[in-house]
Amino acid sequence: MNLGQSILEALESLAANKLRSGLTILGIVIGVAAVIAMLAVGTGAQDTILGSISGVGSNLLFVFSGNFTENVRNVQPLTVGDAQAIADPFQAPSVEAVAPILRSELEIAYGGEKTFTNVQGVTPEYAQVRNYAVTEGEFINSDHILGRSSVALVGPEVADKLFNRREGITGETIRIEGQPFRVIGVLESKGGSSFGSQDDVVLIPFSTAESRLIRRSRDRIDQLLVQAVSAEAVPQAAEEIAQILRTRHRTALGADDFTVFSQSDFVQTAQTITGVLTVFLGGIAAISLLVGGIGIMNIMLVSVTERTREIGLRKAIGARKRDILIQFLTESSLLSLFGGLVGIVFGWLIAFVVGQVASASGTPFTPKVGLDAILLATIFSTAVGLFFGLYPANRAASLQPVEALRYE
Amino acid sequence: MNDLVIDARSLRKVYQMGEIQVNALAGVSITVRRGEMVSIMGPSGSGKSTLMNILGCLDRPTSGEYYLDGELASDLNDDQLASIRNRKVGFVFQSFNLLPRATALANVELPLRYAGMTSGRQERARQALVAVGLEDRIHHRPTELSGGQQQRVAIARALVNQPAILMADEPTGNLDSKSGKEIMELLLNLNQQGTTVIIVTHDPSVAAQTQRVIRLRDGQVEESA
Ligand SMILES: Nc1ncnc2c1ncn2[C@@H]1O[C@H](COP(=O)(O)OP(=O)(O)OP(=O)(O)O)[C@@H](O)[C@H]1O
Ligand SMILES: [Mg+2]
Repeated sequence: MNLGQSILEALESLAANKLRSGLTILGIVIGVAAVIAMLAVGTGAQDTILGSISGVGSNLLFVFSGNFTENVRNVQPLTVGDAQAIADPFQAPSVEAVAPILRSELEIAYGGEKTFTNVQGVTPEYAQVRNYAVTEGEFINSDHILGRSSVALVGPEVADKLFNRREGITGETIRIEGQPFRVIGVLESKGGSSFGSQDDVVLIPFSTAESRLIRRSRDRIDQLLVQAVSAEAVPQAAEEIAQILRTRHRTALGADDFTVFSQSDFVQTAQTITGVLTVFLGGIAAISLLVGGIGIMNIMLVSVTERTREIGLRKAIGARKRDILIQFLTESSLLSLFGGLVGIVFGWLIAFVVGQVASASGTPFTPKVGLDAILLATIFSTAVGLFFGLYPANRAASLQPVEALRYE
Repeated sequence: MNDLVIDARSLRKVYQMGEIQVNALAGVSITVRRGEMVSIMGPSGSGKSTLMNILGCLDRPTSGEYYLDGELASDLNDDQLASIRNRKVGFVFQSFNLLPRATALANVELPLRYAGMTSGRQERARQALVAVGLEDRIHHRPTELSGGQQQRVAIARALVNQPAILMADEPTGNLDSKSGKEIMELLLNLNQQGTTVIIVTHDPSVAAQTQRVIRLRDGQVEESA
């Protein structure tokens, strides 16, 4: 008998027992739906996290003071001098741009509105390093730095809070800790991230912050962002930065009193975490698939017993062992294939609903049902049917015709 | 030798029931010539069904040699037996054994499918149904047919592969006397058209219609008078 016929016959036999077939595939449906939904949520989470990391900028290195893995005494803070040294193209040829940052939570006021916001003192390089653009006005330039100008760029969320609009704000005057600042532009939206909103921010010139708002002793800076010339140059840039800081901090012999993190370090960490999460969720889902498979085996065994006479008859008129084996395997794999297909649709729905709930609760996040997940689920569920159908089918195929025909 | 469709020599069948051995067949030798119609009679438990199952290649003898249509059938493996059943034997059971959900046509088609025939199956199956007088019941399911009609479908199924021999184990046992008679007429008819037939029966009037009667008692052939 050819495959098409076997499938037709199996379909007929499954259709003859619709309720039972339906209940049998329920286990597979739930298992596959769970696998699909879990994988979708897992990849969705991964995409969101990776997106927010890469949204920070490209080929970035983060320099922190202090050693994250070893205990170091006498940690020297990062200074403006460190930033200037790293910006020197002769000392650090792999470095494209350096952005030292001062930051503080300060009170911003406009008219009657008041809010506390993350205020950052930045240099013009910041725009390039963070890949920032303005929706109106202009970015902070070197004149602003030289003149310690009282100018500010506002993030879209701050604009919403103070002005209830995002356009036509340039030229207005806001007060930061009571001091008047002229708004020179509005930042584009970067969206929320796992590190909190990147849009709730006010940028002012580094020199202005240093001299009037965020005083730090001895040229200290709060954060140092470095952009490498290319993605390939990131490790090299990290090495150059480390060399420069070791020399400047005179820690060439001991342990470093600073830490350089690259964006890809973050990406890797995030990938590891979400990867573990996805495997964990998928594993739980796979267990329910297994349970579904056992359900199929159970029903197929019942079906073999019920149809013992039919099997005997088929053998009596010439069915070989193989024919019977194929007949029952086709039934069990079709059962689980159906379960798999229904499960894919269900899982998709669940993933969609999870996505909707997530965005409704303010965490924009899109679960992704990948083609690979669909293929995996289809193949896996069919394999489950094949595997768990093997024992019952083999039992049917090994029946001796006389005994099977005598069965009541 | 080619004239003998069935040539069985000293067939024994021993069932081991725990401690006791049951000699269902204790050395049976029979022959059936091509075109013959033979009946097997004997009291209940004398081994008629056991013999028929071995002759129909549904079972193997414990010992003895059995040639079916010139092929040594007594020591074939399972798949070879399946093939010989499919090609050479048409078996009719007392309890019809039709697939309940399949139409008459699909039931008759089944042996052709297992024979690996890919085209013209429906036509062949239809002709077999016509030959047993069921041309107007082709698309009926077994539950929509009378017992006699169901047995006709079973006979059509047995004939469809043009086997060397048609074997029937009490084919009228489950039927009322009228349908039983009709089935016997059909078998006689088929025999007249050249089909070799071997039939187990309890009914002396049925046996009387066949050319030869083989009597079994306690697993052995009684020397017939
Ligand atoms: N599978 C088996 N296991 C054990 N003994 C068996 C088996 N099949 C048949 N027998 C025994 O073999 C003997 C012959 O049985 P068989 O079925 O061939 O009789 P029969 O002549 O067909 O009887 P009936 O006219 O009642 O159909 C009986 O004694 C029976 O008990
Ligand atoms: Mg019997």
